[in-house]
Amino acid sequence: MSTDLTLRGPERRRRERRQRAFVALAAAATFLPLAALAVLVGDVLVDGLGRLGWDFLTGFPSRHWDKAGILPALAGSAALMVLTAAFALPLGVGAAVYLEEYAEDTRLNRLIELNIANLAGVPSVIYGLLGLGVFVRALGLGRSLVAGAATLALLVLPIVILSAREALRTVPDSLREAALALGCTRHVTTWRVVLPQALPGVLTGAILAISRAIGETAPLVVVGALTYITFLPDGLDAPFTALPIQIFNWVGRPQKGFATDAAAAILVLLGTLLALNAGAILLRDRMERRRRP
Amino acid sequence: MSGGSLAEAIRGRSEPPRERLVRALILGAALLSVLTTAGIVAVLAGETVGFFREVGFAAFFLDTEWTPLFARARFGIWPLVAGTALTSAIALAVAVPVGVLAAIYLAEFAAPATRRFVKPALELLAGVPTVVYGYFALIFVTPLLQHLVPGLASFNALGAGIVMGLMIMPMVSSLGDDAIRAVPDALREGAMALGADRLTTVLRVVLPAARSGILAASILAVSRAIGETMIVTIAAGQQPRLTADPRVPVETMTAYIVQVSLGDTPAGSLAWRTIFAVAAMLFVSTLAMNLLGQRLARGARRQG
Repeated sequence: MSTDLTLRGPERRRRERRQRAFVALAAAATFLPLAALAVLVGDVLVDGLGRLGWDFLTGFPSRHWDKAGILPALAGSAALMVLTAAFALPLGVGAAVYLEEYAEDTRLNRLIELNIANLAGVPSVIYGLLGLGVFVRALGLGRSLVAGAATLALLVLPIVILSAREALRTVPDSLREAALALGCTRHVTTWRVVLPQALPGVLTGAILAISRAIGETAPLVVVGALTYITFLPDGLDAPFTALPIQIFNWVGRPQKGFATDAAAAILVLLGTLLALNAGAILLRDRMERRRRP
Repeated sequence: MSGGSLAEAIRGRSEPPRERLVRALILGAALLSVLTTAGIVAVLAGETVGFFREVGFAAFFLDTEWTPLFARARFGIWPLVAGTALTSAIALAVAVPVGVLAAIYLAEFAAPATRRFVKPALELLAGVPTVVYGYFALIFVTPLLQHLVPGLASFNALGAGIVMGLMIMPMVSSLGDDAIRAVPDALREGAMALGADRLTTVLRVVLPAARSGILAASILAVSRAIGETMIVTIAAGQQPRLTADPRVPVETMTAYIVQVSLGDTPAGSLAWRTIFAVAAMLFVSTLAMNLLGQRLARGARRQG
């Protein structure tokens, strides 16, 4: 007494057609943005590759687009990168260790967690105003390299904290228990046993945070990065520019030639980001291999 | 520290001084985040209060013109709100449908190998600096759209909005993918046992079950769009205008902040204070969206 429930004939064909059409549409929605990214990169390559050269990398800004270079912007971005990492890494990893290894489920700690989640969603331009109000004016650092880096450090701090917590959570409790059972104090356990295990994840997150920082434009504009600078920053209190600021400045000029300069500078920026991310992946692979020989 | 019994030591009550120092230092690092929020609120509130003392709420919320840098200054916020709403709406019109479709594809239909390749590739989109997207919107997308849309200005909400949608789409697809995958298989099996085909199962059973997660993703996308700065500054223009026409230049709240920061407005002047009042609006609206989105996302996880 079995009934054959299989659909046959036109109804089945109709349903199959419907499903195929939907899957094609959904696949298009998935791959179209990737195609757009390819077009973006292709467009920038076509516009800017011809302009890229030693003179461009080592030149100073100029009123003539074919004489302009990005050396001050490169130096500024490099300095910002180092300083931001120096501020954000110890603070971010420290906060993550506190929340994962020390904190109990108290109100204060729940407040800290909620707060970090919300900070991650604050628009970056608002961090610029924070930097302007606190670092540039209240602390009297002026429109300087160190004020810019401190602003970027606060901006990326949630990224460092969240990824470091992720990494700490992957360390098995048995390691902590073993260390404690051997008589290690809590901080010896944390710094000698847990953190080394979590290091690949922590570093990957740190590199992601730094990539975010060197691509930022708006907060630096608000803090007061200059757009036309004909010297290299010579100290923490020096005025500065950065690669995204230089790109923004060139994109905004009416003369067509400067768009070419902007495209070439974008290639340098994207190349740097790609190198950083590739570095992060390599680093993680290498460390994981060393850990599990 | 009176000797301290073993039990106390184990409970961690009598820590050696060095332990306490470390704990205090890293607690300080964690508290810095609270201090950051307090700093943002203090800076914005301080200058905004000063602004409203001089200008008044009525001139800010009831006027329809924004010309604070002109000799005859007007402080009606609505043109900036309209610019932000228009560019964000266009971005969402791109990011939400495309992102949700991609999420369905990745969660329900894509082969595991495709998924492994596509997910990180989409992350790349979110990692492109916004100034680069601004360049793309102004130099590539807008000229292309000018062939299709008559009367499209060089600076316009349409090109900026579309490119912003491209930037936000990975966030929607990633959170949407999580939400769809959190739907228990029992629901899918139940639907199929009742004779539903795969597509009907996805559209009628899985999607409704994942709706609060998808809604959360969309709300977080709104917040991201409102706060996005460089794409709209570069490609949407700097002309505050109360309009819903996507073809003409507009100015968003974020673009206004950048515009004033680039100029030589003296610190402490009324014109300078406007950027803090605008930023306060921006901060409150994005915070509200984020809190709502997080709440929905938490609810969705508990359900799943």
